[in-house]
Amino acid sequence: MKRTILYNSHVKLGAKLIDFGGWEMPVQYTSISDEHLAVRNAAGLFDISHMGEVTVNGAAATEFLNHLLTNDVRKLSAGVGQYSLMCHERGGVVDDLYVFGLTGDSYFMVINASRTEADLAWMEARAAEFSRKIDLRLSDASHNYAAVALQGPRSLDILTQCFAGPSTSCKRVGKVADLKKNDLSGFTWRSVRVMISRTGYTGEDGYEIYGRAESIVEIWEALLTAGAPMGLKPCGLGARDTLRTEACYPLYGHELDENTTPIEAGLGIFVALDKGEFCGRSVLAAQKDGGTSRKLVAFKMTEKCPVPRPEFAIWRPGSDPSPIGRVTSGTQSPSLGMGIGMGYVPPELAKADTRLEIEIRGKRYPAVVVRKPIYRRA
Amino acid sequence: MSANVPAELKYTRSHEWVRVEGGVATVGITDHAQHELTDIVFVELPQLKRQLKAGEACAVVESVKTASDIYSPAGGEVLETNKAVVDNPALANTEPYAGGWFFKIKLSNPAELDSLLSAVQYTAQVTGA
Repeated sequence: MKRTILYNSHVKLGAKLIDFGGWEMPVQYTSISDEHLAVRNAAGLFDISHMGEVTVNGAAATEFLNHLLTNDVRKLSAGVGQYSLMCHERGGVVDDLYVFGLTGDSYFMVINASRTEADLAWMEARAAEFSRKIDLRLSDASHNYAAVALQGPRSLDILTQCFAGPSTSCKRVGKVADLKKNDLSGFTWRSVRVMISRTGYTGEDGYEIYGRAESIVEIWEALLTAGAPMGLKPCGLGARDTLRTEACYPLYGHELDENTTPIEAGLGIFVALDKGEFCGRSVLAAQKDGGTSRKLVAFKMTEKCPVPRPEFAIWRPGSDPSPIGRVTSGTQSPSLGMGIGMGYVPPELAKADTRLEIEIRGKRYPAVVVRKPIYRRA
Repeated sequence: MSANVPAELKYTRSHEWVRVEGGVATVGITDHAQHELTDIVFVELPQLKRQLKAGEACAVVESVKTASDIYSPAGGEVLETNKAVVDNPALANTEPYAGGWFFKIKLSNPAELDSLLSAVQYTAQVTGA
């Protein structure tokens, strides 16, 4: 298994380590519920060094990315990012990702760890057939970056303890507190440049910090020290999953895959049909107009029962001979104390308040469709 | 970590403990098991009067990440189940040998207990000694 630069830090903290897509990563340090609640109530720190990074440069970069991705990169000025999806010709998702405009015709993409190889192969094949490939430079930058995510209501207070000065590149701001959601800027850490974005995957306010391995190790330690009096805890993949499920953020391989479109997944706002031609456009346009045969819903169990988990069957209450859908993500919500999840159902059952049943170990338990996100800060 | 392994109990290889009093066995999961599972969020116990066999999967304990089967250490009829741990599954983490017990069975063949592990033997198994 691969290890990030923070592996020794995880071992030192007593983390339980698991294999996540070929990476030896911490699933928890103390308990998933404690780590989850720390993020909701104070702050949590995650190692996200396993994610992939790609840089795209050149006079044709904007045109190429607008053909490759569903969202409109022309909206991105220097130091601004957007959530986007990369689809193949049939509209199925190759990956979901974040893309940031840097300075000039230069972009920085953050892609899923489990899809780094597949994404690069896809992007390189598209670049090779691109008419303006002479004005395009695509580069796998994953080995250049380690990264951490600081998430929770106290994250700005903690970040400010370690980053006091103005930004030095991308979006020009006087201090980290001036970063708006989706902004990305270069800041200085002990004379070395790191990038900080106001982004995250937990449903809380937070920041993601990208830099060279040695800097990230120092930043990890500094943040934990500065944040301890404010309740900051190191958090593993277990809490990352319960947090993003409560926030209804998709996870590639669960809500998204090559046989699922962004429209089925309810991500139509990230598909800019009016920007012109892009890979998968015709299928996605037809779906936006004519509908899809299934829709992603969020649900909550309505009584105390076993935990709903991925792959479990979803039924309509009654005597149908077979289930009508499948759970894609499911867990016991630490914030709500109930089972929650997401799954695909026929569109007529996708309205909030629709009653469903989830089959768990041969028995069916009642659930109800809820609006996303399942958990919202009061 | 040094798990708590009370000397007067008997143990299974699958991390259940047994307390025997006059032909009735009380069963729960060990401190080692709860420590491995961490946050226990749901406990499913066998129906009353169900006839269990030694080694039969008869209950489920769920943490946030996984569902684990609990195996009956001996054969017998389910006499009682612990409502407190069903209502508050975290008891299995905080009091695995006391308030977090799971169920009681009327032993059909008390001699089966002889093949269970002693505290010393169970400790050796979990510490790999």
